[in-house]
Amino acid sequence: MRGRKITLNTLKEKIQQLSSELPDSIIKELERELTKVLDKLTASSLEKITSEVVRQYREAMVEPGEAVGTVGAQSIGEPGTQMTLRTFHFAGIRELNITLGLPRLIEILDAKRVPSTPLMRIELDEKTRYDKAKAEELARKIQHITLENVAHSISIDFGQQLVLLRLDEELMKDKRVTLEMVLNALNKHKVGAVEEIVEREETPEGTKKKIIELAIPLPEAVEITKLVKLRQKILNIKLKGIKGLKRVVVKEVVRGGETFYYLEVEGSNLQGILNNLDELEGIDPTKVMTNNINEIASVLGIEAARNAIINEMTNVLREQGLDVDVRHIMLVADLMTMTGKVRQIGRHGVSGEKASVLARAAFEVTTKHLLEASVRGEEDPLTGVIENVVIGQLIPLGSGMVELRVRHGGR
Amino acid sequence: MPQVKGEVKVIFAPSKKIKGITFGLLSPDAIRKMSVGSIITPDTYEEDGTPIDTGPMSLRLGTIDPTQKCKTCGNRVGQCPGHFGHIELAKPVVHVGFVKVIHQLLDATCQKCGRLLIAEEEIAKMRQMMKERPRLWSILKPKVVPKVVKKAMKTMECPHCGEEQSKVKLERPTTFYEKTKTGERRITPDVIRARLEKIPDEDYEVMGFNPKLSRPEWMVLTVLPVPPVTVRPSITLETGLRSEDDLTHKVVDIIRINERLKEQIDMGAPMAIIEELWDLLQYHVTTYFDNEVSGVPPARHRSGRVLRTLAQRLKGKEGRFRSSLSGKRVDFSARTVISPDPNLSINEVGVPVDVAKTLTVPEKVTPWNIDELRELVIRGPYEHPGANYIVRPDGRRIDLRYVKDRKVVADVLAPGYIVERHVRDGDVALFNRQPSLHRMSIMAHKVRVLPYKTFRLNLCVCPPYNADFDGDEMNLHVPQSEEARAEALTLMLVEQQILSPRYGGPIIGGTQDYILGAYLLSHKTTTLEREEVERLLFMCGKTDIPRPVILKPKELWTGKQVISALLPQGLNYTLKASSCRKCRECTKSECPHDAYVVVSNGELVAGLIDKKSIGAGEPESLFHRIVKDFGIAAGSWFLDNALKLFLNYAFMHGFSMSIDDKRLPEEAIKEIEDALKKAEDKVSRLIEKYKRRELEQLPVKTLEETLETMIHEVLSNARDEVGKIAAKYLKPTSRALIMARSGSRGSILNLTQMAAAVGQQTVRGERILRGYFERALPHFKKGDLGAIARGFVYSSFKKGLSPLEFFFHAMGGREGLVDTAVRTSQSGYMQRRLINALQDLHVEYDGTVRTADDKVVQLKYGEDGVDPSKSDHGKAVNIAKTIEKVLGVAALE
Repeated sequence: MRGRKITLNTLKEKIQQLSSELPDSIIKELERELTKVLDKLTASSLEKITSEVVRQYREAMVEPGEAVGTVGAQSIGEPGTQMTLRTFHFAGIRELNITLGLPRLIEILDAKRVPSTPLMRIELDEKTRYDKAKAEELARKIQHITLENVAHSISIDFGQQLVLLRLDEELMKDKRVTLEMVLNALNKHKVGAVEEIVEREETPEGTKKKIIELAIPLPEAVEITKLVKLRQKILNIKLKGIKGLKRVVVKEVVRGGETFYYLEVEGSNLQGILNNLDELEGIDPTKVMTNNINEIASVLGIEAARNAIINEMTNVLREQGLDVDVRHIMLVADLMTMTGKVRQIGRHGVSGEKASVLARAAFEVTTKHLLEASVRGEEDPLTGVIENVVIGQLIPLGSGMVELRVRHGGR
Repeated sequence: MPQVKGEVKVIFAPSKKIKGITFGLLSPDAIRKMSVGSIITPDTYEEDGTPIDTGPMSLRLGTIDPTQKCKTCGNRVGQCPGHFGHIELAKPVVHVGFVKVIHQLLDATCQKCGRLLIAEEEIAKMRQMMKERPRLWSILKPKVVPKVVKKAMKTMECPHCGEEQSKVKLERPTTFYEKTKTGERRITPDVIRARLEKIPDEDYEVMGFNPKLSRPEWMVLTVLPVPPVTVRPSITLETGLRSEDDLTHKVVDIIRINERLKEQIDMGAPMAIIEELWDLLQYHVTTYFDNEVSGVPPARHRSGRVLRTLAQRLKGKEGRFRSSLSGKRVDFSARTVISPDPNLSINEVGVPVDVAKTLTVPEKVTPWNIDELRELVIRGPYEHPGANYIVRPDGRRIDLRYVKDRKVVADVLAPGYIVERHVRDGDVALFNRQPSLHRMSIMAHKVRVLPYKTFRLNLCVCPPYNADFDGDEMNLHVPQSEEARAEALTLMLVEQQILSPRYGGPIIGGTQDYILGAYLLSHKTTTLEREEVERLLFMCGKTDIPRPVILKPKELWTGKQVISALLPQGLNYTLKASSCRKCRECTKSECPHDAYVVVSNGELVAGLIDKKSIGAGEPESLFHRIVKDFGIAAGSWFLDNALKLFLNYAFMHGFSMSIDDKRLPEEAIKEIEDALKKAEDKVSRLIEKYKRRELEQLPVKTLEETLETMIHEVLSNARDEVGKIAAKYLKPTSRALIMARSGSRGSILNLTQMAAAVGQQTVRGERILRGYFERALPHFKKGDLGAIARGFVYSSFKKGLSPLEFFFHAMGGREGLVDTAVRTSQSGYMQRRLINALQDLHVEYDGTVRTADDKVVQLKYGEDGVDPSKSDHGKAVNIAKTIEKVLGVAALE
């Protein structure tokens, strides 16, 4: 090949010149690909390549008036018909169930406050991620444990006016709960002082098991109906962990010959994790994820929620093997979050907040919108699609958006 | 050049546009003004059948009888728009739709002076903002107003006149009570009205209303408009009996009670009687507006059917909005069954002659087409290329069916006339199949008039329509204006839609037999004789025959040579075919299975052409590259010709599948049995272990769940293993296997189910356990956890299922059917909501994405401004390809 060879610097310079014309993603790829073939490049062939890239990019641009909304909605809705309805999927074969497929997609668009299967994925930092023992310790630390999790049984003795709480020592050991912790927790919640502690080798049913029995006197003059509540209250006393994180599983991944571990959690409490980072050493705070979009919005802000919507939707679609361009998903996410709050796709969100009376009436709850519009004396600006269909005019999209008119033959 | 007769005039249609619609309430005065008269008689017709003049069917309200003229405007049925009447209510009644607002207003304003229960200064402050900064006010309004009203509702002492307020209670649907110290007292609509009247415009405005369009007292009705008869036409039954519209029934009810009430009041009847009638009037007016108000028994027809009143007419899927306004019926459309025709272009649609004789295209007569159109007119409406109507310059239509001598009419034709001629070859038509889930569900085709009674289409366009030929019907629409035709042709033509905006790849492409043909043709062993090659290539209009690879003893060509002849010059491409076996190490072009496709400069060097290369919905396929690199025209040509060739090769080759294609040798059957036996043993060992409580529990699961997952795992592994055995022993020439490999139809899974074993049946993702207590069928013991008892099918489809297996298989199959039925309704609603929320979004001239009210959603569409349908599988530019193009392929290796 003849012609002058070029250096890496001139290449970079040349590419940087294009940054006003091309988006970053293309610039980066161009640089990467061209560096690979640097020794074969000449000034003229570089020029040819870059001008061709710019030409192709310009050709691929959207045209003004394009109904990107409708196309996006169709691109997400159409594959919906092909999705399986099977709600549950066994993630990683054995442990946790997660809602996927069409129900999950609908859930995301509904902007439900809590997903039907809240889930977290917590990655560990460079120091801890290869250590299974440490990961397991962290898992135990964050798992929310109440008295119920370590209790063998609880009963109320009316004769002696006592609550008998029997703790299963085996469970306590497994969950790393000490008797002291239980006593502290009981104290803190002011259920009453523990009167007696008895250790037994046998359960009341007669099987062999080590049991610690705590006797707590009933508060005076308690109504019978309140006793059930009291019982529940005792069982719900938190011993350790972070609220909402019901089950924690340590997961193993092999990547590039290295095994590392992360935590998968049933239940979600982003704030809880991020607030207790000091105690939870080993967690990589930048890689704590949840599938609860509203929670992300309130803890990390609306931009994070937008990204979460995009990620969640992409994952659902990819898991079903459906190919949908991200741009469509981004558009939906942007529309849902544009006001600074996560809005639902539907009556109580985006559609219900439209400016046009007719558009709202044509969607759902027709009469309510018409009546309200008439008392308020509202005006329909007729700028949307459906309004113009209703009154029988050209819709203001695509070729119908053009407002210029050529005067025929002059005057 | 023919002589120009008459004058060609360019007429511009007036381009008036509705810019907005204001909503408001009708004042009693407005109702009286628009009314043509008071309606006071509760009967519709005299005994002789003439409408009563003061009744609800009065001729003054317009006419629905073709023999009658409207008494108000003098027009007949089509022309008279109908006119409103009115009823003067003897006592005011509340409008149900507004009770909530009335309640708020009563609570938020003073009972004595009518002022808003907010300090004067605050009101003044807001009024000032309203006046001086109207735009700020319009932004703040939705947030401030509810707060103000809430505050006022809580205030119990008027800051203006000092009057103590009492709480107003609303008892749904329409009664109001006042809570005073002495107890609850009912407040009648006339009192409510009097209180609302006192609210000054200034305060009303602060509460977010517009007094010019809606005064509060208008929510309590004193006059009721009677809609024109055209809105509530009566129908005459075959027996000659008239049946009135539901609304008319309701109007009659209202008039009857109203007249009675009037009488009683005039007679000075006791308050109790008057109140009773008053409540009845309220009931009728309430149900007249909305017959589904909770707490009110719905008004019924004599037959017991619930009446469909005003609100019901608007609401819901069959209501005015969704059924008549958002969706409209059209003319110039046709619907019939579809059937395939591989000889049509993808851009064409076969239209039956009978349809073509009904659908018309208006063609303006010009000096250049006058002779041709005369010909058509003479041929008339019953012969195919003919015409149905002529529109004269004065707008009169001539129906050619009733013209005695069409030659005479044809002679009169002159420029300025319009001939509505039959649809003929080359006309544009929109073709549609429901459900219209994406824009490719309606595409433009060019008409091809054909004999017989079905619409015909090229098989390659089945995927975008999701059509098959098991009785599917499709609709056809013929655009009537030049603009519509132009748009259809440039934007909606099938070839313009090859690339789907969903993923930036081709959605149109080969299916089934096309893929099979291509696979067979590209097979290494395929050799063709001169005659065959000529026949195939000539089909595509190719007359250059490549040089044969084998000259002696006979001239022979390979199938790949034929395919190469169809590929555009300069095409370079590699891909892994669908028949790729996913070997651990890919030898690329040396692939022993010939599954690595290599195209170099338009020459198919190696590889089998199958689903991955020419299939529909396969991005980055050979076909996608052709469309992307050589343009839509080349892509369209490829579909029309190359694919037709593949199909014809499949015909030439012949292909049929028999039960022998699934036959396995004895040893294979033995092996399969062993594998299944092993799995069975494993399962029973697991169960044993479980019973002895020795099973190691999985984290986060109960013992039972652990057992289930493990058994499930064992059995599904068994099926996979059995499948592998079957695939190993199946003859490579097995037709079923060829179909699965090439991706034309069926999968390896289907095959193993037919040849080896059907495998585990599931309901809700679990092994079957339903019907009886702790067992699926009475043939098993309670609590039997074994494979057979829980729906594992050992037999293959070929062997046949045992009755029990058959039953389990049916259970699994039924779940699938139910699943589909449920899913369609769910995803349909999801799509409706998505469309409704997103439909106004569009790209502006500045590149931003905006809503209907010009709010910015994205500053640049998709962050890079790239249209996915113009992208290359999501990427704006295929950089590697571009570099390759400039530097040559060698540079990259």
